[in-house]
Amino acid sequence: MNIQIKKYYYGDIPEDQAGGFVSSSTQSSDKNEWPLWEVFIRSKQGLDHKHAGSLHAVDAAMAVENARDVYTRRQEGVSIWVVESKYIHASDPTEANSMFDPAADKIYRHPTFYDLPDELKHM
Amino acid sequence: MNAHIDYIIHLADTTLILSQRNSEWCGHGPILEQDIAITNISLDLLGQSRYFYQHAATLLNTKNKSENTTEDSLAYLRGEREFKNLLITELPNGDWGQTILRQFFVSVYHSLLYQQLLKSSDTQIAAIAEKSLKEVAYHIKWSSEWVIRLGNGTEESHRRMVDAINNLWAYTGEMFVPADYEVEAAKMGIGIDSASLKEEWINKIEPVFSEATLPVPEKIFMQLGGKSGVHTEYLGYILTDLQYLQRVYPGAQW
Amino acid sequence: MQELENKFQQHIDAEIKIEPRDWMPEAYRKTNIRQISQHAHSEIVGMLPEGNWISRAPSLKRKAILIAKVQDEAGHGLYLYSAAETLGSSRDEMINDLHSGKAKYSSIFNYPTLTWADMGAVGWLVDGAAILNQVMLCRTSYGPYARAMVRICKEESFHQRQGFESLLVLSKGTKEQRDMCQDAINRWWWPSLMMFGPKDSESTNSDQSMKWKIKRKTNDELRQQFVDMIVEQVKLLGMTLPDPDLKWNENKKHYDFGEIDWTEFWNVVKGNGPCNRQRLDARKKAQEEGQWVRDAAMAYAAKQQLKEKTAA
Repeated sequence: MNIQIKKYYYGDIPEDQAGGFVSSSTQSSDKNEWPLWEVFIRSKQGLDHKHAGSLHAVDAAMAVENARDVYTRRQEGVSIWVVESKYIHASDPTEANSMFDPAADKIYRHPTFYDLPDELKHM
Repeated sequence: MNAHIDYIIHLADTTLILSQRNSEWCGHGPILEQDIAITNISLDLLGQSRYFYQHAATLLNTKNKSENTTEDSLAYLRGEREFKNLLITELPNGDWGQTILRQFFVSVYHSLLYQQLLKSSDTQIAAIAEKSLKEVAYHIKWSSEWVIRLGNGTEESHRRMVDAINNLWAYTGEMFVPADYEVEAAKMGIGIDSASLKEEWINKIEPVFSEATLPVPEKIFMQLGGKSGVHTEYLGYILTDLQYLQRVYPGAQW
Repeated sequence: MQELENKFQQHIDAEIKIEPRDWMPEAYRKTNIRQISQHAHSEIVGMLPEGNWISRAPSLKRKAILIAKVQDEAGHGLYLYSAAETLGSSRDEMINDLHSGKAKYSSIFNYPTLTWADMGAVGWLVDGAAILNQVMLCRTSYGPYARAMVRICKEESFHQRQGFESLLVLSKGTKEQRDMCQDAINRWWWPSLMMFGPKDSESTNSDQSMKWKIKRKTNDELRQQFVDMIVEQVKLLGMTLPDPDLKWNENKKHYDFGEIDWTEFWNVVKGNGPCNRQRLDARKKAQEEGQWVRDAAMAYAAKQQLKEKTAA
């Protein structure tokens, strides 16, 4: 499978012409990278927390403060949840069929399935 | 000059110069998230200074109808001997440790000061203090956590924090030695006697230092002068940067 | 494998977003990591030319606006690094690639900001160009990237407006200010056009990025859109663009414009721009000098965890 990205798009410079200049490389200690945290923000009372993105912090206090600095600068938040990314458990997308499809044909769970007379109020 | 005005200008200059110093970190912080954090603090302080300058300008223009003082004419057209900021705010940032330590010292001071200023007979000062207290609470949380992390982190960070304390401690005393206009303003019910804040300040510093395994220095000689316009050699350079465009293009609008 | 690829392409064709744990071709993953991380690097390096004037901003209002703008760039970098990390790369890895020269960032930031008017020009032209690209990317196929772009776009329009407004004030000011404004436009115009990259005609046939809806418009399309927009806006400043060949083409209903200096373009890309060294040096310095801080924070967190464990 030979995938070649040849057409040029915004900012896209082909590797062979890019010629990064020779510079002393930085030996940054990868082992000491700060843990990754997922951030959830409730933007207004009454709404759910929504996933906003992620950031690096050493502990929960820092993660919350960083989230506040990054994601609520324009008054977009009243509440913040942070979870270390490694603790997020996710459903397997390849099992989406068995996880989620069975609900698709149980349309009787949806209120619109029921054909009721117009005169019926408050329902 | 009028003690009332001088007092407000002192509050404004202190927050402006500290904001200016903090903003030097923008693009150079130790990690992206903290770059954003300290820039936020810089913006908060700049906002506080603007409120104070605007208030001072209004008072000056009311007193003298032909004046056209603005927040900018106060910030950009006064000289080194007219600035009344605390000396500690004009010191170089040093390393990250020194920067967050200075922020901790000043933020605790501001929280105590602004808390008292809620009772100022100048309702605008009281309003500014109320608004600023929320910001300052966050500054204290953020900076004190860093003091603890760095004081009780690695050997290197501990050493650097001890150095930072040595570099800054002699400048903390000025916060609690009132200038003449402060004494005057306190008498007028506009300001407060900053000497009264000293004990509480040290009471707030000590537990954090203790958790950070950092030593509280012995009583030492304190540097003074900023409040009365006798500054370190650093302020001149700060103003050269800050005021450059307005000085080179006098009267221009930006 | 073929079935997975077909399903993947079907999702793309049906405008269904690809999410982090979905199956994807390795090349799709790699291309996205490269593009997203380079976009992130551009935001971070981009803080430097503008940060250059924070201390000298000519009014407190301008200072506040500039600090807020530069802080936004940092935030944008963060959103993008975060999106790239969902694909399996790490922040440190990406930063190392930037510092070693392996990863690129937008060449525009290798130009110096020489006067206050450059702040206006950068906001108007550079952010203006970026916005065109970013709006397009809001529809990119990879979910986290698209969502980051939506967030960024919301914040970006303030950037362009404050830049233009800043120049507007200069254009109505003293002679020195008007000259300063025109000079900044003269220096930033061509590099802004170069932001859109090489000409389409220099590409060969395969266009996988388009097929995978990673990118949705070509370089020339975006560049033309930009020119048409700016030529109208510059009139409101009473300024000119430094291109004698700019001319309305009635047939094409677009503005014709002059030839970009491709020698300059490739030189800057190769590392010979005015500020390449300084930009990377600044970033490397920040990273190196920050090492003790990051290490200390980790050490403290580890001590705390140990304390909690033994206390439990």
